[in-house]
Amino acid sequence: MTTELFVQYLFAGITYGSIYAIVAIGFNIIYNTTGIINFAQGEFVMLGGMIAISLLPLLPLPLAIAAAVGLTMIIGALIEMIFIRWLKSPSVLRMIIITIGISILTREAAVHIWGENIRALPYFVGNEISTIGILGARISPQVLWVVGVCGVMVAILHLFFQTSSVGREMRACAANRMAAILCGINPRNMVTLSFVLSAGMGALAGCVMSPITYSQYDMGTGLAIKGFTVAILGGLGNSGGAVVAGLLLGAIEAFSVSVVPLAFKDAISIAILLVILFVRPHGIFGSGEAARLKAF
Amino acid sequence: MALLEIENLHRRFGGLHAVNDVSFAVQAGQIKAVIGPNGAGKTTLFNLVSGALVPSSGVVRFQGREIQGRRPFEIAARGMARTYQNIKMFTGMTALENVMVGCHLQGRAGFLASMLHAPWIWEEELEIRNKSMELLELLEIADYAHIEATSLAFGQQRAVELARALAMQPALLLLDEPAAGLNIYETAEVGRLISKIRDMGITVLLVEHDMSLVMDISDEIVVLCFGEKIAEDLPLAIQQNPDVIRIYLGE
Repeated sequence: MTTELFVQYLFAGITYGSIYAIVAIGFNIIYNTTGIINFAQGEFVMLGGMIAISLLPLLPLPLAIAAAVGLTMIIGALIEMIFIRWLKSPSVLRMIIITIGISILTREAAVHIWGENIRALPYFVGNEISTIGILGARISPQVLWVVGVCGVMVAILHLFFQTSSVGREMRACAANRMAAILCGINPRNMVTLSFVLSAGMGALAGCVMSPITYSQYDMGTGLAIKGFTVAILGGLGNSGGAVVAGLLLGAIEAFSVSVVPLAFKDAISIAILLVILFVRPHGIFGSGEAARLKAF
Repeated sequence: MALLEIENLHRRFGGLHAVNDVSFAVQAGQIKAVIGPNGAGKTTLFNLVSGALVPSSGVVRFQGREIQGRRPFEIAARGMARTYQNIKMFTGMTALENVMVGCHLQGRAGFLASMLHAPWIWEEELEIRNKSMELLELLEIADYAHIEATSLAFGQQRAVELARALAMQPALLLLDEPAAGLNIYETAEVGRLISKIRDMGITVLLVEHDMSLVMDISDEIVVLCFGEKIAEDLPLAIQQNPDVIRIYLGE
């Protein structure tokens, strides 16, 4: 393989990998505060892209994206308040079924609103054919946007959890719910907040990826499966692990194209998911002991 | 008016009267202890007061307002802090961070606003950090501030838990067996810390098995047996009360 080709594949891998990582971190945020996997996570990504595309005729691109992220966050909060907040200590299985239901509901609503057309946001800088040369490979500037925005999101999220009082309360709630309640923290607010956060992250990822990957009403399911694979691979609840695992899966998928036909791309990631679930269900970076203590 | 008033409190579990018509009051500024043999209903009583359980009947009045049936975090926010018998630390956080979580009730912008400029509220963050550090110094564990709380010795974790409860600036501190699992040196140490907390003006209600600790630090003692209050008096009088001697030593 030539250097150019290698770099080309590598960047494709990093691009998809960072999106998978964002979806996986969305899973992790909600998993940490509630112990459930929110299978509607991919729908947040879809909603972000679709809403931004719809707002584009009315607003300039940055504002349309900001509004789409804001709206998706509100939708995330509403979903939590309507479907989850009022449940009295529901079982993990029930919560998971509820999130699958929410995912189907959102997808159906989307097909009614936007139809089955494939849409896309315009490239943020330049257009489909503008490229930047890096080590002989040709990279679309949008790729840098995706990687940059995802990187900044992860960094801000890290700062939020480590240095802000609300972030610390969310960590507290995840670490020991009872002790958090004793400190006067309302755990239900933290759960709502975790939905708002992951909806916002998903939506922003949905916007920056839209020019390259396009947006369609049913894109959420595939992303949820990839994101879930990455979340498991990185160890559920471990966001640092999710970044590494996301880039890893992205790279594996990208390089697999040079060996097997493109159609096998999804098969490879699902095969990885199965192998991980059989062999190391707590992930590469997760600890088995911690996994046993969790409800799921 | 007493800080905490408990009136005719009942809690039944099926046919069992875990707490049966218990009434007493805790005056501001005192250390009051609840003692009794195993199964006397001490922890149930605590759960009723702190909102972890709802009473079958009766009234719990805190700072003049009825709080029975309120949710635990609401009661905590009104100024009642509680520790549990088995220490509940936030795993993955340092001792300092644990205490900082306790500070969260103090004057802060609404939770959405605070999230939006979260990482940039350095000033408030610094204030919380300094205050938490002071509390760790007060409880004599400042040296361990940056060590992960769950890897500290048991007695030190107990002190971190006390610091975290104090960070809430409570009017009343409920301590459920603060000496459980501690050796005699650590127990004496915790006793000294509790007296120190009382001297700061914080009222303390504690459940404890360690009689030397209870007799040492309490201003008043309530004795429960099979869910009923059988005595309420000063420590010396309790030691000489024939009913109390009978339930502890048998006939």
